[in-house]
Amino acid sequence: MSKKLIKGNVALAEAAVRAGCQAYFGYPITPQTELLEHMAIRMPELGRTFLQAESEVAAINMVYGAASSGVRAMTSSSGPGISLMQEGLSYIVGSEVPVVIIDVMRGGPGLGNIQPAQSDYNQLTKTAGHGDYNPIVLAPSTIQEGVDMVTLSFDLADKYRTLVFVAIDGAIGQMMEPAEMPPMQELHPRPEWAITGQGERNEKNIITSIYLGADNLGDFNDKLQAKLRAIEESEVRYEAETVDDAELIVVAFGTSGRVAKSAVHHLRKAGKKVGLLRPITLWPFPSKKLAALADGGTKKFLVVEMNMGQMLHDVRYAVGRDIDVQFFGRAGGSIPMPEEIQEKAMAMLEVN
Amino acid sequence: MPVNVHVDENLIYKRPSSLEDVHTHYCPGCTHGTAHRIVAEVLDELGLQKESIIVAPVGCAVFAYTYFALDGVEAAHGRAPAMATGIKRANPDKIVFTYQGDGDLASIGIAEAIHAAVRGENITIIFINNAIYGMTGGQMSPTTLPGQSTTSSLDGRDSAITGQPMHIAELMASLPGTAYSVRRSLHDAKHTIRAKKAIRKAFQTQIRGEGLSIVELLSSCPTNWKMTPHQSLEWIKEEMLPTYPIGDFKT
Ligand SMILES: Cc1ncc(C[n+]2csc(CCOP(=O)(O)OP(=O)(O)O)c2C)c(N)n1
Ligand code: SF4
Repeated sequence: MSKKLIKGNVALAEAAVRAGCQAYFGYPITPQTELLEHMAIRMPELGRTFLQAESEVAAINMVYGAASSGVRAMTSSSGPGISLMQEGLSYIVGSEVPVVIIDVMRGGPGLGNIQPAQSDYNQLTKTAGHGDYNPIVLAPSTIQEGVDMVTLSFDLADKYRTLVFVAIDGAIGQMMEPAEMPPMQELHPRPEWAITGQGERNEKNIITSIYLGADNLGDFNDKLQAKLRAIEESEVRYEAETVDDAELIVVAFGTSGRVAKSAVHHLRKAGKKVGLLRPITLWPFPSKKLAALADGGTKKFLVVEMNMGQMLHDVRYAVGRDIDVQFFGRAGGSIPMPEEIQEKAMAMLEVN
Repeated sequence: MPVNVHVDENLIYKRPSSLEDVHTHYCPGCTHGTAHRIVAEVLDELGLQKESIIVAPVGCAVFAYTYFALDGVEAAHGRAPAMATGIKRANPDKIVFTYQGDGDLASIGIAEAIHAAVRGENITIIFINNAIYGMTGGQMSPTTLPGQSTTSSLDGRDSAITGQPMHIAELMASLPGTAYSVRRSLHDAKHTIRAKKAIRKAFQTQIRGEGLSIVELLSSCPTNWKMTPHQSLEWIKEEMLPTYPIGDFKT
């Protein structure tokens, strides 16, 4: 297999095709549109389902239907579209149906703009619909990692029968980079719980999220929480660089994680004891790792995001209040420069 | 004196096998039960029980999938046609139908219903028009009659403020992807038999792959209309039928 120069949105779409996605439903929105357009070509070519829905509301419910039928199904969107899907997301988690969504984030609130941003951190990790749950959220920082995460997202969705987001920002979606595509997977057989018409089965299958009675819904929620705890136990992913002796650790994901990495390399070259912790799963969040680093002697953390500080709260919560946690970032579509991060880190290092 | 009853040889009426042997939670005299019964009879007669998938709405029929002996799903309020679209695309050789009330279909879910028809989605919609929101306790719906009292229009629907009743069967018939759109009523036995025939035609339309089929059924809600079951059936005949004429709008 060789590497090929490819655009982020196209690469992630093709990765989904190769992971055996059998049904895509979506609605155009910048900066994810190339993803939808690639699916419009590839899915019919392979005899699979591509459908442009009348809205994101319809799209997520079409995905819900196809996924209930046991085929690998997905949609993709950006901030405003994800906001519209919220009710459907909650039904999907509530009825334990595996679904993958790629969110190519843009700037908010409101119509905001189409510049790269990380404005959906809270929406994805905390408020993706009513009820008590978190979807799995994967946040790659390169196109190659995005391709790998899309492959992983379908496996995680199936394994846990849950909702998995792959969250990138417009910068990763729009740029071109060399990446190696995974081989084409065989289509997966339908699981035994799928809605396919009863056929030869002895029992009918039902997909629902309604549990009347406090006990029934309480029991379901206990079961759901146990599953989420198992995900927290096994699925935390992050990249850590030069953290062991670090006085200061920069915490950043996605595009800002990538920029932060250059800043950290630069500071290390200049002899500064600086490290990088880049969460790859935004949920489950690498809280234990951060806590261990704080316990291990790092007393300064700099959180860098392309928003007004959404992940910041998770970092603060993980390391505790004795630790100096500061924020650098802006909302609106600007990507931080490595020099700006270096400057902020230097200022923090100078204070004892 | 003991009575010997030999039912086996003379059995002329029984529960369709497409219906589960369970009690429903529908109010006494509610024609949701009648609608379930005739849909199930049609599925039995066409031999579709093991081939069919029901998409239940949010509304009084929220548990329809527990009453029908079919694979089934529970959609979000109004989204049944979108969910059915996803299911049908994943199971193109199966019979997929939604069962929706007027709040579910005509109000919150009208976009999904219209666009399923625009695409000529090969599904069947059983549309229960009882001119009110049953499940939430009797609020006005888009099909509430002018002057009809509901809990959100106590003095009667004022058309100057809230508009005129919505004619779903006619609206759906106007869309090119709709292959079959009719209105029937469940207010007496004769009309119920006609309704059943229409439901059969709707499923046959889907079997032939001709596009979307919809049967609008005028249905009663004695509880929220605050009437006896008998008065409710009379009300359908006297009040609903003039606004919602029985008819074949596309066949
Ligand atoms: C998004 C959302 N909005 C509102 C509701 C509350 N709700 C439940 S059923 C219903 C109306 C049902 O009326 P209809 O579709 O006419 O069915 P019926 O109960 O009369 O059979 C409403 C508004 C909901 N469940 N979800
Ligand atoms: S509230 Fe109305 S529609 Fe609902 S079950 Fe009772 S009578 Fe039927």
